[in-house]
Amino acid sequence: MNFHVIGVNHNSAPLEVRERLAVPEAQLPDAIRSLVQQPGVDEGMVLSTCNRVEVVTSTKQAADLRGFLGRYFGLDVAALNGHIYEFQQREAVRHVFRVASSLDSMVVGEPQILGQVKEAYAVARGLGAVHSSLEALLSRAFAVAKRVRSETAIGSSSVSVASVAVQLAEKIFGSLEGKTVYLVGAGKMAELAARHLIAHGAENIIISNRTHERAVDLAESFGGRAVPFEQLYETADHADIILTSTGASEPLFRREHGERLRKGRRNRPMFFIDIAVPRNVHPDMNKLDGMFVYDVDDLQSVATDNAGERKKEAERAEKIIELEVDRFASRMKSLAVVPTILSLQEYCETIRQAEIDRIRGKLGSITPEQEAAIDAMTRGIINKLLHTPITTLKSSTDHPEAATIHEMIRRLFNLNTGKPKE
Amino acid sequence: MLPLFWLRVALSLYGVGLLYALASFWGGRKVLTRITLPAVGLGMVFHFVSIIENAMFSGTWTPTSMHGLESLLAFVLMVFFFVIYARYRATSPGLAVFPLVFWLTFSASSYAEPTEPSAPLFVSTQWIYIHVALILIGYSALFFSFIASILYLIQERNLKTKAGMHGFWSRLPALATIDEIGFKCLIWGFPFMTLGLIAGSILAEARYGTRYFADPKILLSGLMWVVYMVLLYTRWSAGWRGKRAAYLATFAFGAAVLAWAANNFSQTHRFIAP
Repeated sequence: MNFHVIGVNHNSAPLEVRERLAVPEAQLPDAIRSLVQQPGVDEGMVLSTCNRVEVVTSTKQAADLRGFLGRYFGLDVAALNGHIYEFQQREAVRHVFRVASSLDSMVVGEPQILGQVKEAYAVARGLGAVHSSLEALLSRAFAVAKRVRSETAIGSSSVSVASVAVQLAEKIFGSLEGKTVYLVGAGKMAELAARHLIAHGAENIIISNRTHERAVDLAESFGGRAVPFEQLYETADHADIILTSTGASEPLFRREHGERLRKGRRNRPMFFIDIAVPRNVHPDMNKLDGMFVYDVDDLQSVATDNAGERKKEAERAEKIIELEVDRFASRMKSLAVVPTILSLQEYCETIRQAEIDRIRGKLGSITPEQEAAIDAMTRGIINKLLHTPITTLKSSTDHPEAATIHEMIRRLFNLNTGKPKE
Repeated sequence: MLPLFWLRVALSLYGVGLLYALASFWGGRKVLTRITLPAVGLGMVFHFVSIIENAMFSGTWTPTSMHGLESLLAFVLMVFFFVIYARYRATSPGLAVFPLVFWLTFSASSYAEPTEPSAPLFVSTQWIYIHVALILIGYSALFFSFIASILYLIQERNLKTKAGMHGFWSRLPALATIDEIGFKCLIWGFPFMTLGLIAGSILAEARYGTRYFADPKILLSGLMWVVYMVLLYTRWSAGWRGKRAAYLATFAFGAAVLAWAANNFSQTHRFIAP
């Protein structure tokens, strides 16, 4: 049994290559079925996201996964060669752990990948393509991902401007539920940031734009309310979060506006996210109690800072992965001897039964007590004889010559053919 | 002998909390974070045992000395801490509460205890008990609201200076959460404090008549109550937060500390009848 992974990701292959290998959701079961029909492939699953396409298998003997990719997608394998990575055994285990823990992601620490791996696993499992070995690998990978997430801060800091804005808003308001977001200016960036805020619970959206129609359109798509630009100052105090992105050359909100807003809001805090350049909110506003102003540079610097922090956390996560790979490898090794132990026991038991049956006729009638004594004696002999080989097998898993010992025992007892010699 | 024993066990467990608070300022506190809450929680259980035993020993629930009172206040503070923790998952008040609780418990447990039940109190014990319980809850609420207003200032400064998302202070709860903790403590504490003071006044009136009210302890308590009310009113009606609220809370807390300390030089507010 061997783990074998092949695939492309955002680092190894450009989008054009990844596109051609991508498996649409509806086609996934078909891909998995053809995968497990490949010679040598015992179990298999396919993970296809916008940043990666991977084939994870457990093989009994060498399998030509490159050939499979070429045939399945109708591609010339030679053309793919520079873009494909391939991992076996321990490296494959590490890779799966790293992917599930989001260390191999484009944005390291992003949380979606774990869900995507889980989905891919569920589909393959539903088809019966994942059972024993891959099952063990994947369920360990999920546990490792969870451990990485809880023991490092890898997923806790945001690295995009929009998610930093959300994170800051949550630092101010706790939860965004029931909060009102006021979009001043209705550009693409503002829309994106607003979607982020809504996804995190913000409920009421007010939009004001110089071109009122655009505001009305956007308000419709958000289920919000459009306000004519002239009424900006009268309505601004409804907002907990004001997101400015207009092309105004002078600040729209200055300190004196802030003082008025604060009164109208009875000192409740207010968060200005100013993504306009030149700025729409005067920096002095930030000096007022309860007014928090972040311009584009501030957001960007928090994001960069977070990215640096993530890097540090990623290094810690790699150490955890290394430990977990070791643990998993030694567990798999000890699992590998289990079938041998079982067939060894089975082999001896067959001989024992055969011998008992043979001598039965010669003994004539015996009492149940005598029968029990014979049974116990023969069992005892076998257990004593098997004790050393079994303990040797179990303890040999970390031995450099574990495979030789394993093979030797199989040959000595003729376990490979399955039938004891008479 | 026994009551002090359990109190000392509690004290050593509270020591973990003290270490946690101190270590927090140096940044390294990973191990402590995991063991602190269970440790101080267990400390609270032993503390409770010691309070029960003390009550059985002295034959009354009412603290019969300053040390008994300290022990009781420390216990009420811990109860507050855990109630707030249960509601908001906020551990940062511990930074201030754990050292204070440790100090109060230390003070309470490091004096020789009376070898026999103390002299009977000079007034009805039930009334004293109500007075003490109400006032201690009021004090604790005021203290937590004071801590919250300081944490609010720190978090506000954090956000305004754009200090980023990591580092020590970034682990504080959200600004709105800190604000809510502070406000809820004020609201819940006020009736206790008020009723406690009324209960005390009735007792004193019955015993001493009006001359009681010229005592420093009483004057300071009155001052504290007035500031407390102003604090509550400004928050309620004008939504005062941040600096202004913190100044008022500091003032109220200072008055409370003085009123507490005034036991030592008060002529009339004594534990044992003269």
